[in-house]
Amino acid sequence: MADIISEYEDRLPPKIIEDVRNSIAKGISETKLKKLLEATCEEYKNSRVAPGESVGLIAAESIGEPGTQMTLNTFHFAGVAEMNVTLGLPRIIEILDGRKELDNPMMEIYLKKPFATGKKIEDLRHLALQIKETKLKDIATEFTINIADLTIEVKLDKDKMKEIDLTTGKVLDAISKQLKGYNLRDNKDSIVLKARSKEDSFNDSYKTKEKIKEINVKGIKGIFQVLPVKREEEFVIITAGSNLADILQLEEVDAYRTTTNNLFEIEHVLGIEAARQAIINEILKVIESQGLNVDVRHIMLVADTMCVSGTVKGITRYGVVSEKSSVLARASFETPIKHIINAALVGEVDNLDSVVENVMINQAIPIGTGLPGLTVKAPQKAAKEK
Amino acid sequence: MKKPKFKVDKHTLTPKHLKLGEKEKAQLLERYHVTSKELPKIQKTDSAIKELEAKPGDIVKIIRKSPTAGDAVFYRVVSDV
Repeated sequence: MADIISEYEDRLPPKIIEDVRNSIAKGISETKLKKLLEATCEEYKNSRVAPGESVGLIAAESIGEPGTQMTLNTFHFAGVAEMNVTLGLPRIIEILDGRKELDNPMMEIYLKKPFATGKKIEDLRHLALQIKETKLKDIATEFTINIADLTIEVKLDKDKMKEIDLTTGKVLDAISKQLKGYNLRDNKDSIVLKARSKEDSFNDSYKTKEKIKEINVKGIKGIFQVLPVKREEEFVIITAGSNLADILQLEEVDAYRTTTNNLFEIEHVLGIEAARQAIINEILKVIESQGLNVDVRHIMLVADTMCVSGTVKGITRYGVVSEKSSVLARASFETPIKHIINAALVGEVDNLDSVVENVMINQAIPIGTGLPGLTVKAPQKAAKEK
Repeated sequence: MKKPKFKVDKHTLTPKHLKLGEKEKAQLLERYHVTSKELPKIQKTDSAIKELEAKPGDIVKIIRKSPTAGDAVFYRVVSDV
């Protein structure tokens, strides 16, 4: 019986075969099973998209219509802490435009066993503090420049340092790693920096003073807020700010489930296919959070389009549209004059293979019944007689 | 930090990537009546195919988990850039 089903593996997708397998009665006769599978094949064939169907247009309509009902606001994160989340239309636009700088980059960090169960809340909090980026200005109370001998003094807030488990030694290490050409001295409650070179001017000191404020003394760069949250049975750390590459290196993190909402980081760290999946997940997340319903197939089509070229490209005139081969199609989207002039300069040819070009010049468009063309082979004789 | 190296293909977002042999490649192009130029691309520096040692022009078979079809097979040609 199993062989009969496996014969159909070429003609039916695995999910349907699985469904058939689960729903047939026990001891079904071979002829009946064959009949059933044939009927399934027929049904499957009929339910597929017809060749020449304008799927892109349908996808655009299907995403666009519920888009009109979406909220325009960004919302605060449910309940705790003042964490912002971009939702609704702005987020959809952000994803589809393929923007590199997000309004609210976020990560969901899953944890390995002892941390995920949350039995030791202390450990969890400790880990969260490990991840959060601390800059020098966050633990300093005062930055002063001594004009006479051109030294910079940084007064440290000991209480704050104790809270996040930092010592002056660690701070000194971090500064010396990231700042070259300065001698550091530990002065009990403060750190004193002095330039090694003699030619240091007041101006330079001032610049350095501003620079050291941003030095990362602890945590992972780019993560400016952390929030441990209980999700179903385990604890997850949600962050504002994103740095996937560095977070995945942490020992306590379950690297295989941790994600970010920054598509370009995903593309860079996990590859284009992961980015495609992330686009789908992110769009679905927005649509579902608004209580709307869009078939995944439309979203998969959009995600596929954004990823064909091997990198994530937004649906903008610089992204997907610039890849089109037809001049007129590109011109019809945005900035038509620029495209037409450039095409004229290099003598581009438009073969009128696609839809928009043909709409422009009032011809039947290659969609549905307009798709098949006729090729006539002129008889050789007739040509000669003329 | 001592930690076993992070494996890209084990991440929940990354589907399985396989490199096609010459024979399979020819069969695929024959079956869909396409040239390898017409296939979607994947960069040769893509982190998901680092271990496949794919050269430009190779075809990568990708087995995605799809909510509509169970497993969906997709092909990408390794591009130069």
